[in-house]
Amino acid sequence: MAITVKLPTQLRDAAGGAATLQAAGATVGEALESVFAEHGELRERMYLDGDLRRFVNVYIGGEDIRFLDGLQTAVPDGSSLTILPAVAGG
Amino acid sequence: MAAKKLKCRECATEYPLEARYVCSRCFGPLEVGYDHERLADVGEVRRRIQGGPQNMWRYHDFLPLAGPQPRTRTGLPAGCTPLIRADRLAERLGLSEVWVKNDAANPTHSFKDRVVSVAATRARELGFDTLACASTGNLANSVAAHGAALGMNSYVLIPADLEEQKILATGVYGTNLVKVRGNYDDVNRLCTELSGDRENWAFVNINMRPYYAEGSKTVAFEIAEQLGWELPDRVVVPIASGSLYTKVAKGFREFIDVGLIDGDVPTMNGAQATGCSPVAKAFADGKEVCRPVKPDTIAKSLAIGNPADGPYALDLARSTGGSIDAVDDQEIRAGIRLLAETTGIFTETAGGVTTAVLQKLAESGAIGPDERVVIVITGDGLKTLDAVRGSFTEHEVDPTIESFEEAFAGSAHV
Repeated sequence: MAITVKLPTQLRDAAGGAATLQAAGATVGEALESVFAEHGELRERMYLDGDLRRFVNVYIGGEDIRFLDGLQTAVPDGSSLTILPAVAGG
Repeated sequence: MAAKKLKCRECATEYPLEARYVCSRCFGPLEVGYDHERLADVGEVRRRIQGGPQNMWRYHDFLPLAGPQPRTRTGLPAGCTPLIRADRLAERLGLSEVWVKNDAANPTHSFKDRVVSVAATRARELGFDTLACASTGNLANSVAAHGAALGMNSYVLIPADLEEQKILATGVYGTNLVKVRGNYDDVNRLCTELSGDRENWAFVNINMRPYYAEGSKTVAFEIAEQLGWELPDRVVVPIASGSLYTKVAKGFREFIDVGLIDGDVPTMNGAQATGCSPVAKAFADGKEVCRPVKPDTIAKSLAIGNPADGPYALDLARSTGGSIDAVDDQEIRAGIRLLAETTGIFTETAGGVTTAVLQKLAESGAIGPDERVVIVITGDGLKTLDAVRGSFTEHEVDPTIESFEEAFAGSAHV
């Protein structure tokens, strides 16, 4: 089974308009790399100096990966990653 | 309208003034950019303000609205709240001059009416018919009420464990009240996802956030005008997302830049609850970004564990020589009582945070002997009654003189 990556509207144009993508990998970082391999522009939008940009949030099972192990967080097969802008709320 | 564009705070990419809050290139927050050159005649700008209505629309020149000055007798005009000189509070704290900006005196009893007024008005200009928000409570009250006043449908999403007063004071307006089983950051994540799919909804603090945030500047505009077009030396503001804190400074900056007031942006002090203090912690640790936390505090209106404007709040505290401090639940309760007993103003837990941080700054010697200090009180104590329950003595007596005398035996005041 693959990993599902849900993209926010702001990133869909960099993925050919797709709202969800399929990914593979044992960690969040690896899963994202597999997505970047196909949609290179996503890396530039989401990453700065090899890490997530500070206004990009990634959630697994509703939990912000910053509360887990960041990009090293393990991703069980069949799970879903959600990418969202961080600047909302308040 | 003097507003010209939306501009990314991170990479400066520009966008038209539409319902958009995030830079597509870098995910940075968008902020409204203005052309203030057309406000070159300062005397005329000041006259326009002074001749304006007794609400925040008097600062229309500085707000991101396209239409003519909104009709002030419709909707829920906010602002023009009292600025009160608090000599008894100052004396208690050993300070020379303290003022309280009492923003509990807004239509739904918190400063959120300012931001919602701008967001809702802009939403109507852009053709939206539905308002929505993720809220810690005060925003819920305000969005529901503005929806009712403007005849707009509304959806209000809140953490399920919110104070009962805030839930009741939201549902009464006839909104679609949604209690989410989770904390505010969960609610915010859900709303951020929803906003991507509900393109006809104006989420005031998501897709309308650049406009919404501008409403907070009016707190600074009013303080300056109420002080006779002068600046305070220091302002203490509570921090949840950091939006109010940073926009109050932006308000002072705009008035200075246009020439309405002379001087520098005041020293900006931010106030957080220890149980949710990601910005205060980052400040203390010398960090430029905040590490998100799981909130655990009685100050639920400040319980945002992942503050969107955290990095900018840190910049502001450092660039103005201020600080961001935190106080615990006991200090918050004491802060509510201190403000109430010395000013007659009953504030909610967030105001307890602000007052307690003022006290902390005073006791640490951070505030100079001649400083003019303003504290921004953002909400009403009737919204968080549990915070004061059991904090004072009650006297229950029989309706007889004897019983009364017995109750007050030994009291010097009787």
